[in-house]
Amino acid sequence: MSKKTDRAALNSELIRRPIKRWAPLFILPVFICFCIGFVWPFIQGIYLSFCNFNVPSDATWVGLQNYQKIWSDVGFWNAFKNTAAFAVVSIILINVVAFGIAYALTQKMWGSNLFRTVFFMPNLIGGVVLGYIWSMIFDGILKHYSTYLTANSTYGFWGLVVLVAWQQIGYMMIIYIAGLQSIPEDMLEAARIDGASGRQILFKIVLPNVMPSITTCTFLTLTNSFKLFDQNLALTGGAPSVIMNGAKINQTELLALNIYSTYNINKNYHGVAQAKAVIFFLLVAVLAIAQQAATRSKEVQQ
Amino acid sequence: MEKKHRKYSTGSIVLSCVFVAISILWIMPIVEVIINSFKTNNAINLNPFSLPNGETFAGMANYVKGLTFGNYPFMKSAGYSVYISVISTGAILLFCSMAAWYIARVQSAFAKFFYYLCLFSMIVPFQMVMFTLTNTAAKLKLNTPWTIPVIYLGFGAGLAIFMFVGFVKGLPLEIEEAAAIDGCGPVRTFFNVVLPMLKPTMISVGILELMWVWNDYLLPYLILDITEYRTIPIHIQYLKGSYGTVDLGATMAIIMMAILPIIIVYMFCQKYIIKGVAAGAVKG
Amino acid sequence: MKAKKVLSLTVASAMAAAMLAGCGGSSSSSEAASSAAESTPASSTAESTPAAAGEVYYLNFKPEFDEALQGLAQTYTEKTGVPVKVVTAASGDYATTLNAQMGKDGAPTIYNIGNMSGLKDWDSYALDLSDTPLAGELTTNDFNLYNEAGELKAMGYCYESFGIIVNTKLLADAGHSLDEITNFDSLKAVADDIHARADELGFDAFTSAGLDGSSSWRFSGHLANMPLFYEFRDDGVNEQPATVTGAYLDNFRNIWDLYITDSAADPASLTTATGDQAEAEFGEGKAVFYQNGTWEYANLVTDETKFKMNADDLAMIPIYCGVEGEEKAGLCSGTENCWAVNSQASEEDIQASLDFLYWMVTDADASAVMVEQLGAVPFKSCPASSNKFIVDGNELLSNGNYAVTWAFNYTPNVDSWRSTMVTALAAYSTDPTDANWEQVVSAYVDGWAIEYQTVKG
Repeated sequence: MSKKTDRAALNSELIRRPIKRWAPLFILPVFICFCIGFVWPFIQGIYLSFCNFNVPSDATWVGLQNYQKIWSDVGFWNAFKNTAAFAVVSIILINVVAFGIAYALTQKMWGSNLFRTVFFMPNLIGGVVLGYIWSMIFDGILKHYSTYLTANSTYGFWGLVVLVAWQQIGYMMIIYIAGLQSIPEDMLEAARIDGASGRQILFKIVLPNVMPSITTCTFLTLTNSFKLFDQNLALTGGAPSVIMNGAKINQTELLALNIYSTYNINKNYHGVAQAKAVIFFLLVAVLAIAQQAATRSKEVQQ
Repeated sequence: MEKKHRKYSTGSIVLSCVFVAISILWIMPIVEVIINSFKTNNAINLNPFSLPNGETFAGMANYVKGLTFGNYPFMKSAGYSVYISVISTGAILLFCSMAAWYIARVQSAFAKFFYYLCLFSMIVPFQMVMFTLTNTAAKLKLNTPWTIPVIYLGFGAGLAIFMFVGFVKGLPLEIEEAAAIDGCGPVRTFFNVVLPMLKPTMISVGILELMWVWNDYLLPYLILDITEYRTIPIHIQYLKGSYGTVDLGATMAIIMMAILPIIIVYMFCQKYIIKGVAAGAVKG
Repeated sequence: MKAKKVLSLTVASAMAAAMLAGCGGSSSSSEAASSAAESTPASSTAESTPAAAGEVYYLNFKPEFDEALQGLAQTYTEKTGVPVKVVTAASGDYATTLNAQMGKDGAPTIYNIGNMSGLKDWDSYALDLSDTPLAGELTTNDFNLYNEAGELKAMGYCYESFGIIVNTKLLADAGHSLDEITNFDSLKAVADDIHARADELGFDAFTSAGLDGSSSWRFSGHLANMPLFYEFRDDGVNEQPATVTGAYLDNFRNIWDLYITDSAADPASLTTATGDQAEAEFGEGKAVFYQNGTWEYANLVTDETKFKMNADDLAMIPIYCGVEGEEKAGLCSGTENCWAVNSQASEEDIQASLDFLYWMVTDADASAVMVEQLGAVPFKSCPASSNKFIVDGNELLSNGNYAVTWAFNYTPNVDSWRSTMVTALAAYSTDPTDANWEQVVSAYVDGWAIEYQTVKG
């Protein structure tokens, strides 16, 4: 997709003008749905974050009040801290393991296709079901120690890490395999002939060449961790909750779940929840854009 | 060096053995579900990791119970899940590829604007729009399984259009020009010429969207009238909500019934699925 | 958290909480009114709809009543031709469902209001039932909900009691009798004695006080009612208080310590012990005392697939925790099952709904089903209950004992408050130190204030 083709398209009146006449068929249905499903709720969401509302039609403007409430919301900042910690741990864990597996599977090895199939499988299962399966397993294990998953925030946190790692490692592995396979074989051959050690090959040739995959995967694990909801809800639902420094905290709650539960406290919190969602959106957007900018500066992707 | 390509070295065989072990460990959670789905509820409570024996083996009882467990017929939720996933994915594929072709070929200010909106929508988390979307959907009566694909099309359009536009831009223009010279209108050109060339992307996008819609919990939960319509994820989350002790046996049977079809489909189409994932990985 | 009681209460408070309609804006209520007025028959009832005057849409709150209720609805439709649609909300989801259903065409005509805060939210959607024939059928007004104007807005159609279930046969085997037990000290004396001789007797005093989600509601909800009730009685509390003092928490600790020490279960294992476990211990005769409610009668006695205990061997006594004058205590009785009729529905639908409810409590067959399914039903024409626990409760009241009301109905953000209590109780049970008890106190006192503030926004 070079610039040349684009310009050709632009100049190709032969094609452009007739298509334009068919705009109502080609683009209108999606555009309308897109407005219903995204544009309008988004704009309304921004507006409502400055309002008190029960349903959008009865909104009253309150300015920055909702945002001020968030400032003193201990539960939100705790969820933020949890989410950040969770993101760091799962980014490292998932990427290291996924890369390790991908690297091993791209070696000449018996059964690599079979292993690939197995590792990817958990990715097909939805978050709610995963939560169910793993809470059974964790509770089963912890029962031997007379305790249970939601007894303590450490169990809940690491339980979620294990669950998400199990789900996403296969996905990231596929991306790493694609990256590894795109390294020209003769480049590796040449290195071997020159007597490079396995270590040198890995760090000097393989890693620099899979940088695009690494950035993609870090990006995906980062945004996935921040947006995580289903798994969090189904595994611990935020439990246990304790009272600390005069405030109540759901110790294993991540941001997305915190927003959701805030909304469900009662109608006084609809505006606050929406304001939290706006902050959440800005956070995800900044992270995504920063990550993409870093990508672009580092390598040329495709 | 040559040998390496023909025969597996000792090192690689050891590695294979290690991976066999890891693989078995990896699918253990699923195996656990299968085993427990044949055990009585008590036996699961006492020891979730034991194999069923004469006393704890429940036969198909859990599955029979699972069909009606949770105050809602499982088959009904499975039906809604299949329907919503298929129609939504179909709609996304058809309408988004058409829109993408329009955007890539026309490149008007509007088309560009729409395209950037699509890009933008990809970084917006669902939490940002969920409360307002729920309300909009209810107002427009999009809160039934028959109409919810409109929401999926709207919310899923961003990614699909982005991927399709990327691909359409790479298609050679000459073919379409030739078709136009032969007197093909845009509609015929699209369906007879462009669409067949889009097939690989269709598969990638289709798989990604299908996996999303099928496993999606929050969107249908918020939008659908759940007293009447439940998808599989909603159904399963609801089992947890029932009072007293949850019947783990029936729950495990339901989970099996929910994931078995996906695993079977995966076995047959894994080549496409894995390719689709690799191709779709560029997105966010 | 999955437990019935917890959920129903959660629902009640969530109802106060997650309101979509009914609060404030006249715009929202008039909107609902107009949509109810122009309601068209829902597709599910469309085929069977004759030209009847009104229709009934019953949004049911009790999942365990669903099947019987569907049957009653069908019978009624066959008899009268009036379509009755019954929808049962999933446990723990009543508030959300009600919110959603009230906002649309064909809103429920009969629904549930669980407590006073629920009534506050739905007052404008609830018909004044005072002068209806239905109200004339009531045997007591104790379980009704009245708004500030004194209008009967929600009618308690069944109630439940909880206390300590006793296996009197085992008690006699141990050489004791119910007459001995009149307060906490005598209860403790008996329990201590049984526990000390557990090996010789082959059974222990109390069933396991499990804190798994399927069991913890018995304590964070029901047992915690004791300190709440006495505190509120002393302070004359009759609406949701912003704070609680925890004045009777030492009594709460008394009874909780008794539960966890005079039991075969290792206190450290309680964190994962389930409700089924405790039920089985009692049902299989391994323990004499078991804290639960009237609803447990079916599981212990009538359910053919379960324990089939002999009703004569069972009794329910009040929970004693060492409060002055508790010798005259009754069972803890209350309900969160109250019928409300949607005042915004069309006149025909309102009439049809009232007729249906009237039929349910007066028709011989229907009221028999009500009693069988719901236990204690306070309507004149309903037959007496065969439930031994209900009989025991009524006897206590007729002997002049005071009823311990459900003070926990005032709990703000109840699910959240209780989950904090459970976490603290679990930590205390594993390691019963004063420092850990402070956690329970904090969960009770500070937790209340926090939840109250949270809900008020």
